[in-house]
Amino acid sequence: MSRTRTPVVDGWFADDGDGFRLLGTRCAACSSVFFPREDAHCRNPRCPGGDLEEVPLSRHGRVWSYTDSRYRPPSPYVTDPELPWEPYALIAVELESERMVVLGQAAPGVTVADLTVGMEVEVVAGVLHEDAETIWTTWHWRPAGVRA
Amino acid sequence: MTGEVAVLGAGMHPWGKWGRSFVEYGAAAARAALADAGLEWRDIGSVVGADTVRGGYPGYVAGATFAKALGWQGARVASVYAACASGAQAVNTARAQILSGLADVVLVVGADAAPKGFFRPAGGDRPDDPDWLRFRVLGATNPTYFGLYARRRMAVRGDTVEDFAQVKVKNSALGALNPNARYRKRVTAEEVAASAVVADPLRLLDICATSDGGAALVLSSMEFARRHGAGRPVRIRAVSTVTPRYPNTVLDLPDIATDSAVAAEPVSETFRASIARAAYEEAGLGPEDLSLAEVYDLSTALELQWYEDLGLCGQGEGAKLLREGATALGGQIPVNVSGGLASFGEAVPAQAIAQVCELTWQLRQEAGERQVAGARVGITANQGLFGHGSAVIAVR
Repeated sequence: MSRTRTPVVDGWFADDGDGFRLLGTRCAACSSVFFPREDAHCRNPRCPGGDLEEVPLSRHGRVWSYTDSRYRPPSPYVTDPELPWEPYALIAVELESERMVVLGQAAPGVTVADLTVGMEVEVVAGVLHEDAETIWTTWHWRPAGVRA
Repeated sequence: MTGEVAVLGAGMHPWGKWGRSFVEYGAAAARAALADAGLEWRDIGSVVGADTVRGGYPGYVAGATFAKALGWQGARVASVYAACASGAQAVNTARAQILSGLADVVLVVGADAAPKGFFRPAGGDRPDDPDWLRFRVLGATNPTYFGLYARRRMAVRGDTVEDFAQVKVKNSALGALNPNARYRKRVTAEEVAASAVVADPLRLLDICATSDGGAALVLSSMEFARRHGAGRPVRIRAVSTVTPRYPNTVLDLPDIATDSAVAAEPVSETFRASIARAAYEEAGLGPEDLSLAEVYDLSTALELQWYEDLGLCGQGEGAKLLREGATALGGQIPVNVSGGLASFGEAVPAQAIAQVCELTWQLRQEAGERQVAGARVGITANQGLFGHGSAVIAVR
């Protein structure tokens, strides 16, 4: 039986012909960008509010900071308690054209020892966890130019 | 300038992991504060509870729960919740009642019985809640955010893990002098370095624990204090409860991303700095007037950030201020002479109230071995999840 690939959150990223991209929204009036997406109303208090249009975020950014999770996070993070805990890195990435910082897990195999503040990273498709029916997908940050 | 309210009494239930109900800790702290004020519970016209989230409702709705535990006597009640800033919101609610003439004397209580391990969001499938999402999507616990700030400081400010460890060394030495602290053992830099990494670059002894505890204050109008015979009480001169300004460009828990600065230029002052500035403005005082500060040291690195955000030193000079010994007892501006969260662990709704208890004892020169000589002005600073600023300035 083939399992379905389901995004962990609907509408936050897409993997179409153009490659994997994070999806935010942009205010048509003031051009503020929102991630996670804001679909109701622009949050810029100086903006009267315009239509919010879906927009892909920059593929590349620079490491603002990073850390890791040496201990198993609690629910609702999903882990298999039968398996030993494998730490993973978290990277906060500064996107130049959006002028914002977006947090994400690092791609598997990337550890804090591989990272420095200011390093260029790219967004790639990733798997958060899998169960019998579903592969739950997410976004990962990976040092630019590194092949999985 | 806003009017002042008097602090007639301060009381705490010692922090620890006692395994009992938060109601018991809160009621014990309340009785201690009432005794300290020389007042009976039945003299109190209003009770304000800072809510815990344990027990299903926000702390069974805390204000009335504490009133019931102390014995129903008909007092006006209010209950507030603002995560780590709940205590400051409770103090501010009491102050507003007093200054508007709604109440003469108000009891403020906060208490918590924290679960073991990482804090986690409320249960259920709640994808509309950013706090739930950061756990579900990223597994981003509170310490991972502390780790991000710490690493950023190392890269931008030049702080070292040895600097961070020295914050713990300082605070544990002070906590050892405080009978209300949970951890009363001095810790060495070597012990910090030997503790397990939790969220790189921070180790277990860089990160505050989660604790049980309770704290309470009796606040009154200046007129009531005079009638009561409190000639020169500690006074609360400012309570800052500001929110961030758009675009907020510092990544903060529970957020997955910052605001975008594409359309609006960010103000040069960060949210944390604005919390302190609002308090200084309201008090008509500045950092140069301070005798001491109690800051929210969720991590050792964050304490250094507060030095800068309170204006105790310039941006990027936090570690230098620490290294010079300025923030130790006997230094130019002692910080966290209570021992801080490093020695207490966090009992969320009680913590901001406990900070004001410490200021009260310090300003009365009743802090024993950890007394800051001649203390006249103190500030507390803290920040609650989702953008609740919290700072209190007390004077005597």
